[in-house]
Amino acid sequence: MKDSIKGRISSVESFGTVDGPGIRYIVFLQGCPLRCLYCHNRDTWDPKGGTETTVDEVFNEILKYKDYFRFSGGGVTVSGGEPTLQADFVTDLFKKCKEHDIHTALDTSGFADTEKLQELLSLTDLVLLDIKQTDEKKHKELTGVGLDKIRRFAAYLKEKKIPVWIRYVLVPGYTDDIKDLKEASEFISRHDNIQRVEVLPYHSMGQCKWEELGDDYKLKGIVTPSQEDVDKAQSILSASLKRD
Amino acid sequence: MTYLNFKGGKWSKEINVRDFILKNITPYEGDDKFLSGPTDRTNIIWEKISQLLTDERNNGGVLDVDTKNVSTITAHDAGYIDKSNEVVVGLQTDAPLKRAIMPFGGIRMVLKGCEAYGFDIDPSFEEIFTIYRKTHNAGVYDAYTEEMRTAKKAGVITGLPDAYGRGRIIGDYRRVALYGVDRLIEDKYNELEKCNVNLSEESSIRLREELSEQIKALKDLVKMGSKYGFDLSRPAKDATEAVQWVYFAYLAAVKEQNGAAMSLGRVSSFLDIYIERDLRNGLLTEEQAQELMDQFVIKLRIVRFLRTPEYDNLFSGDPTWVTESIGGMATDGRTLVTKSSFRFLHTLENLGPAPEPNMTVLWSEKLPVNFKNYCSKLSISTSSIQYESDDIMRDYYGDDYGIACCVSAMKIGKQMQFFGARCNLAKALLYAINGGKDEKTGLQIGPEFKGISTEYLRYEDVIKSFDSTLDWLAGLYIDTLNIIHYMHDKYCYEKIQMALHDKDVLRTMACGIAGLSVVADSLSAIKHAQVKTIRDESGLVVDYEIEGDYPMFGNNDPLVDDIASDVVKLFMDKLRKHKTYRESIPTMSILTITSNVVYGEKTGNTPDGRKAGEPLAPGANPMHGRDKNGALAVLSSIGKLPYEHAQDGISYTFSIIPKALGKDNSDRINNMTALLDGYFANGGHHINVNVFEKETLLDAMDHPEKYPQLTIRVSGYAVNFIKLTRKQQIDVINRTFHEKI
Repeated sequence: MKDSIKGRISSVESFGTVDGPGIRYIVFLQGCPLRCLYCHNRDTWDPKGGTETTVDEVFNEILKYKDYFRFSGGGVTVSGGEPTLQADFVTDLFKKCKEHDIHTALDTSGFADTEKLQELLSLTDLVLLDIKQTDEKKHKELTGVGLDKIRRFAAYLKEKKIPVWIRYVLVPGYTDDIKDLKEASEFISRHDNIQRVEVLPYHSMGQCKWEELGDDYKLKGIVTPSQEDVDKAQSILSASLKRD
Repeated sequence: MTYLNFKGGKWSKEINVRDFILKNITPYEGDDKFLSGPTDRTNIIWEKISQLLTDERNNGGVLDVDTKNVSTITAHDAGYIDKSNEVVVGLQTDAPLKRAIMPFGGIRMVLKGCEAYGFDIDPSFEEIFTIYRKTHNAGVYDAYTEEMRTAKKAGVITGLPDAYGRGRIIGDYRRVALYGVDRLIEDKYNELEKCNVNLSEESSIRLREELSEQIKALKDLVKMGSKYGFDLSRPAKDATEAVQWVYFAYLAAVKEQNGAAMSLGRVSSFLDIYIERDLRNGLLTEEQAQELMDQFVIKLRIVRFLRTPEYDNLFSGDPTWVTESIGGMATDGRTLVTKSSFRFLHTLENLGPAPEPNMTVLWSEKLPVNFKNYCSKLSISTSSIQYESDDIMRDYYGDDYGIACCVSAMKIGKQMQFFGARCNLAKALLYAINGGKDEKTGLQIGPEFKGISTEYLRYEDVIKSFDSTLDWLAGLYIDTLNIIHYMHDKYCYEKIQMALHDKDVLRTMACGIAGLSVVADSLSAIKHAQVKTIRDESGLVVDYEIEGDYPMFGNNDPLVDDIASDVVKLFMDKLRKHKTYRESIPTMSILTITSNVVYGEKTGNTPDGRKAGEPLAPGANPMHGRDKNGALAVLSSIGKLPYEHAQDGISYTFSIIPKALGKDNSDRINNMTALLDGYFANGGHHINVNVFEKETLLDAMDHPEKYPQLTIRVSGYAVNFIKLTRKQQIDVINRTFHEKI
């Protein structure tokens, strides 16, 4: 029997209710290539951090909560960090989930080499795609990386008809320009596999993690957007959404 | 006329309420859309009561005391809130929230209560209940051994019902409605006639005396009803009477006994049978049906006992544990959820949240999904419901049991318990380390044995010593309870409640433990990390240093969860070895109510790193801040605790912020229902569900007047948050809130 693949895990949450449908076991993987200014999991950036854990160990934990998945229509979400950095690990984990008929969700920025993810995506029931910006320059400013890979990733999901929920973090001054929102909406309309759009209002709760690591938090002073702004963004972004 | 439209059966020939229910119930699978709002009359009554509740609070917690009469079933004349608007009548005294004097459990509690709240009691009462009429409390102290007093004082055995009514007995109040009192008296006379053998046996004589007492109580019940203009000697003939009859039967019990927990049983689906029949026959409208429930519940909300401030500190506010068990499944596979299950819960919407009655949903995976979702919806909006596993309990108690107090299941009218409060196992562990000496005073409380002499605690040594300590404690504890319940039967017998039981009753000796998670974590630290002892000059271990990490209870980690389960079984097995009063069957609960705060004050530093004076976790909860893997991991750790060794119930209190349940209300309801389904499918027995923001509680601490009805669930019951002591409020806020989003 081959050895169980190891991954670096930042933390787990047995009762996730906002990362995909139903009650979900969330595995937060360590390591992220993005440098989002608003990141609230700053501690997950370092690919060498976290705890090394085997797929079997993680999966044995997951199995303990199978009843909750069944009762709620939930499952497993792998988040991060950027989980595609550890694609082999996630692929193996999802394989096991599918063997046990457990719903799988991948929470990703889409900044990945799509061609290397084909097997993983074939095992993924839902992608939670975190869209930050559709303007190349602003995206780079906000996240440190460009949009090319992400666009290719999204196109692949569309081609394979993999269901996607878009998550859009509304950061005042960075992502809330009407023009940007309309462009993002445009992007969404071009992908008929997108089922849902969730606007996540920026919050500063991650700030302390930056300070703990001795980093300068650049978004100091930016406040959480009002419910009204969130609703407005939501209506723009989901305007083009094809609903059943 | 009376039984018109009811399907007959065994219940027509014998006292058998369960049979009546199963023959006549209309299970309901639909949703909550049929429910009605409060009527004008209900609103008028509730406004008056709300004002009185404010007055009560402003008056230091007690509005008024009847200092002239000793409470009995018939001691008071009829009392009303607002006669013309009350559809259900009856008060404990002649005015709402006026507390009665009940000295049979102990005159000291009455005197101290009156003094503390500034009421002058008729001086002759002290004389009467000291010289001429002995009380339960006096009897207990005549028989207590020195060792028992010392153990009580040290706080290793605590919360004992030796100064007031023991409670946790549920009369089958439904019998009064279904049969009328005359029929019940006739039945008791028949029993009495038959009990005429073996009269050299104390137990046979006692039974004859008890049956005679029961008959007198039933006759008094009829007299009480007639003061309000009702004839309880005959069965209730319609829904209004059925509610009134059941309430009068319950009222008689709370006029006679100031039991620690005076639970109602399982009446809503029983009453539904009358309501359904009257609705079908056009004798009642939905508005009127709801009005009956609302007004019944208002009455249950204002049950009061005169207690001392110390008692209220221990148990938070003014608990009465008017527990009503709702829902569940019949053994034939049908649900026992009826429209009146909804109506009863709906009072939380019509009247706003409240700690009483203690609404307890008997949860089964097979409950109708609409009902499950309605419960979840109300839990999210009111935090006033607790849930217990019908799928576990049905195997033990059938389908006509009720919950007494918080988590104690019993067959209604067929089973009772001797309430035994609890031992502080965290303290017992410290005694094991210190050879029976108290860690705070250095006094020898337990028998002198070796204790631990090494600098670092070795697991095997501690376990061995803990085992001997528990041997001693179990024996002392059971004997203490034997004395208490012997005396309670003798001097403070629950005659009306027992009149609403069968002659042959199954009795349990309901023991309990506090501090389980501290013990489990301490043993885990000793086993999996290095625990160094720190001694004072006399050699007493007073503190601990932990080197390294250790698995903590509440993370679904068998390395420590198994320790917790083993401790439960270990102590239960020791309790089982002892001879008990009236051949009662020992059981055990893992329940602290809010006394975890006071118990913590009495417990020194523990080897898990908990500091002296810090609260223990409530019930079976993990210590706060130690669960790292989220809510389901905690639920799983709790679910593994063995119910077969804790048949008096395993209490878990769960608090979560609304956002952590899901994005919108429909997600939240779905997830709450799934959480309950999952928890119970994985062996959970009980869960209190609180859904609110921490900020709300913080604000309520500073502005109590803004939150008169803020209700939170704590270990088996609910309280008005603003009635907690500041320490308890802080404890509640410090407890783990599941808030990861």
